[in-house]
Amino acid sequence: MKVTNPFAVIGRSTLGGLRATGHLAGFVTTAVRHTLAPPYYPRLIFEQLLRIGYFSLPVVGLTAVFTGAVLALQIYIGGARFNAESIVPNIVVLGITRELGPVIASLMVAGRVSAAIAAEIGTMRVTEQIDALTTLSTNPFKYLVAPRLLAGVIALPILVLIADIIGVMGGYLVATQGLGFNSAVYIQNSYDFMEVSDVMSGLYKASVFGFIIAMMGCYQGFHSQGGAQGVGRATTNAVVMASIFILAANYLMTSLIFNEGVTPL
Amino acid sequence: MSDTAKIELTGVHKSFGSKKVLTGIDLTVETGRSLVVIGGSGSGKSVMLKCILGLMTPEQGSIKVDGQETIGMTAPAREKLLTKFGMLFQGAALFDSLPVWENVSFGLIQSKRMKRKQAKEVAIENLRKVGLPPDVGELFPAELSGGMQKRVGLARAIAAQPEVIFFDEPTTGLDPIMADVINELIVERVKDLGATTLSITHDMASARKIADDIAMIYKGQIIWRGPAAKIDQSGNAMMEQFVSGKAEGPIQMDVLKA
Repeated sequence: MKVTNPFAVIGRSTLGGLRATGHLAGFVTTAVRHTLAPPYYPRLIFEQLLRIGYFSLPVVGLTAVFTGAVLALQIYIGGARFNAESIVPNIVVLGITRELGPVIASLMVAGRVSAAIAAEIGTMRVTEQIDALTTLSTNPFKYLVAPRLLAGVIALPILVLIADIIGVMGGYLVATQGLGFNSAVYIQNSYDFMEVSDVMSGLYKASVFGFIIAMMGCYQGFHSQGGAQGVGRATTNAVVMASIFILAANYLMTSLIFNEGVTPL
Repeated sequence: MSDTAKIELTGVHKSFGSKKVLTGIDLTVETGRSLVVIGGSGSGKSVMLKCILGLMTPEQGSIKVDGQETIGMTAPAREKLLTKFGMLFQGAALFDSLPVWENVSFGLIQSKRMKRKQAKEVAIENLRKVGLPPDVGELFPAELSGGMQKRVGLARAIAAQPEVIFFDEPTTGLDPIMADVINELIVERVKDLGATTLSITHDMASARKIADDIAMIYKGQIIWRGPAAKIDQSGNAMMEQFVSGKAEGPIQMDVLKA
């Protein structure tokens, strides 16, 4: 039986990891460079804004309303343990705008959009359509990646703003219809407690998450190989990587934005 | 015949990991001539084309187009160079998301900034040249048969009136009659344009029809080259085996015998 040297396994894994990181970093650099430099494709950007933003509205809206509703219920039940039921509107608005709005909406969009981008570009790769673009003197980064990146960065904050409003409304509905809160008082409390920075921090995060979602879809699609199976693998990897990067970036950004005596890990 | 080299490959090597695909290709395509490179599956034909187009980068050697070295070229210079080229891909490689007319005029719209209205007229004219009616222009590639897709691919390859056209297995997957229709179209359209062509195929009927010259690639090297009319008297055992399509001969396939 062949004995595997454990150090060789660790070495190979480390080198593989570093190679993959370098590869991704190279792709991101090239993609950003081509996104910032002309020519731009307004038609394609608009098309992607529709796909990423407009067509994600139903899934983001539904997720937001239920998240807001559950949040109101949980805070009410938790708050009741120390007679603090009245904090429901304050915590709902804070939780939704700072965290749950951007993160839940982005994770839902990652599942929908990263997969779709990876599948589309992956199919183009395995059917030589990307090679065809190059032979027609069209840079695939400018034509395929840049419009998706721009659309992701623009569409996600808009989606998250809508998710914030719908999420807070979900909490409001549960609180006023099921938990006995007075409508006017609930709205007043939410409004008084909320600060512009709470909403803005979520929107900044959403822009970064939009970038991650589009980038992971493009990266995985661009490097898919091996026919239908390869495209399937690229699609799965795009969603998994986008989700992980979103959660990691969320922690980092939260540490940076709300750095009030908290030291990041 | 012009003896000016349009494309010149010298000592081109390309490997994928430990697998050596091109092991020192030397090949010249003269201006205005039609060269067909034949060879078995996995012999390096497609890799050679992709190296010339810059889709792959060889580890060694030189590739010149019009006397200009292309290996190590900057991306903008490459984009400019590629405006001289048209290519018909093996699977046509039409853009699924665009209607046929936009596929045909893609290069004109994107790199030559032609107005969409004018580009559509040009596309319809090019579709007519490959025997397709104008209403096909409004369809999407998924709605076309394999033969129609190949013809649209040919229309796209000639739309920008390139100086050089590459054909990657132009008749693969087509019935013999449609294959001959495509071959006829290639000959006619290339003659119209006066373009230099480089085709790769393992379809000998296609090679005989479209080639002025034929070269054979085997294990990543050119092992024979000569006029198309002389392939039956090549004097090369491997070439003779390939042309006659016999299993017995110097070229051995890795097939397990029962």
